[in-house]
Amino acid sequence: MTLELVCPAGTLPALRAAVDNGADAVYLGFRGATNARNFPGLNFSESEAAAGVAYAHERGSRVFVALNVYPSPTTWEAATNTIDRAARLGVDALILADPGLMRFAADRYPNLRLHLSVQSSATNWRAIEFYRQEFGVQRAVLPRVLSATQVARLIKRTSVEIEVFGFGSLCVMAEGRCALSSFATGHSPNTQGVCSPAHAVRWEETPAGRQARLNDILIDRYAPGEAAAYPTLCKGRFRVNDRVLHALEEPTSLNALDVLPALAVSGVKAIKVEGRQRSPAYVAQVTRLLRRALDLCNDAAAKWVPPVELIGELDALAEGRTHTLGAYERSWH
Amino acid sequence: MALSARPMKLAVGPLLYLWDRQTALDFYADMCDAPVDIVYLGEVVCSKRRVLQKDDWGLVACALEAAGKEVVWSTLALIEAESELATMARIVDGSAGHFEANDMAAVQHGAGSPFVAGPHLNVYNEATLRLLVEQGARRWVAPVELPLATIATLGETRPKGLEIEVFAYGRLPLAFSARCFTARSQDRPKDDCGFICREYPDGITLYSRDDQPFLTLNGIQTQSAAVQNLCARVGELRAAGVDILRLSPQSQDFAAVIRAFRDAVDATGAATPFPASVLPGGYCDGYLRGAAGIERAP
Repeated sequence: MTLELVCPAGTLPALRAAVDNGADAVYLGFRGATNARNFPGLNFSESEAAAGVAYAHERGSRVFVALNVYPSPTTWEAATNTIDRAARLGVDALILADPGLMRFAADRYPNLRLHLSVQSSATNWRAIEFYRQEFGVQRAVLPRVLSATQVARLIKRTSVEIEVFGFGSLCVMAEGRCALSSFATGHSPNTQGVCSPAHAVRWEETPAGRQARLNDILIDRYAPGEAAAYPTLCKGRFRVNDRVLHALEEPTSLNALDVLPALAVSGVKAIKVEGRQRSPAYVAQVTRLLRRALDLCNDAAAKWVPPVELIGELDALAEGRTHTLGAYERSWH
Repeated sequence: MALSARPMKLAVGPLLYLWDRQTALDFYADMCDAPVDIVYLGEVVCSKRRVLQKDDWGLVACALEAAGKEVVWSTLALIEAESELATMARIVDGSAGHFEANDMAAVQHGAGSPFVAGPHLNVYNEATLRLLVEQGARRWVAPVELPLATIATLGETRPKGLEIEVFAYGRLPLAFSARCFTARSQDRPKDDCGFICREYPDGITLYSRDDQPFLTLNGIQTQSAAVQNLCARVGELRAAGVDILRLSPQSQDFAAVIRAFRDAVDATGAATPFPASVLPGGYCDGYLRGAAGIERAP
């Protein structure tokens, strides 16, 4: 059992950074509203994607194309065009969330590998089995809701390869089952591929402190000198029963290094790094550090303990400069 | 030629909170006499909760059916553990085709038998809707964030016989997590929650730091604080091909809510004044026009 490293490529320079630093595979999206992480200045044109595929393939890395929004009747054609483009480019897999698109892809390109996006929200083997039976899905990316023990149990019940998140921003909710962002702003991961979008963010300096608003809703307020975080709405401070707290989650990152041996032993196929919105420099650093971690872990397996300096270097890159095991650890639930 | 207006039905959604046993029994006894057509029973949010025991649920279902209501068994939205899969399978197997699937696991398990595609399945286009109908879906409850224009488009091209239901009243079910936010708000671990959610029959309102009611904590589910209320929009919903309006149970004034919707659906002409919201956050309806769900049409 060898864990693969799957890294984000929001741009061609980020793709090169990931490949150069040891990613076994990169995932990217085409420009337009057909994938999560639909931020301005990100994603690939067809020619950029072709250059990226060539660059990765020459160096032994694979390229996955993510099309992980749920198209509406008005964006359906754009979505199927994206599948056609990806197939033409000879990518190694399509990462899809929408069952209708999976039907389209499975019918038209039966030889193109299908991966179940985390946005499909398949959190148990039966749901995964549905997608395997119907569309021949070969890999599933698990939502960040299962404990490491639950991941191991799930793998025993499925023949589909399992990919899990190893590092990056932490989604607190089951992906694909969260409408918080559209409730506050009208734009959501499922529909537009964004969460807490930048266009809805407003910062203001007030006597009470610096305030971050999302479509006018106050997400957090910072005392002078307090570090301010991007107002992702599930990571703000709110009042609940007369207490002000991070009611849903704190601004922190996921780092699964501590459970990497357990994940490897349980048969996880690949570790995914979140962050297509990140800079090439960030992608290079994270990929290099995780490559080292996976190589060490692949050699030592169950006996491996992540080196302190590796955790420190990753923490320095993390949101809030701290990390959590998130749902992998039962006490997080 | 104008089509005669199809009668719209009213459905009582599954109880999303942990009420004590007697309150729940009284509520369903009231539903036997209420002017509603469909009642969804069972647990959607948390597998640890036991609002009613199995025998109680059976008696409630019998009483509702004797009163002429269609009973549908809802199933869990976020299924993680093997025990949760087993519970879902038992409900699906015992429902004689009257179950609501809220996860693809239920669709997979119940393959071939008729079912209701619940609001927590991600159906955003015709191809996915058609696929679920091929699996046996006879009714589709639209995801809450879907604009009415999309529902109307899917309605026009829907496979024959498929009913469309819309979440028309209640705090919106917006998200699910592995984490129990009710337990977290009281510094309790989820595995030792003490069923603290029993103390909040409509969930715990979460306020912004400048006192705007924003969300509701309901165990592992996050809801809106505002109540989505589409009573004034019944005409538009009907025109879009919606057949059924779902009213989500709340602890107070539910009879008045049903009455107002019944009058609107029957188009009696009497403009029933809608009761003011008893919950902080007022009413919202933004999703219907593709805006932020929290917004309310002037």
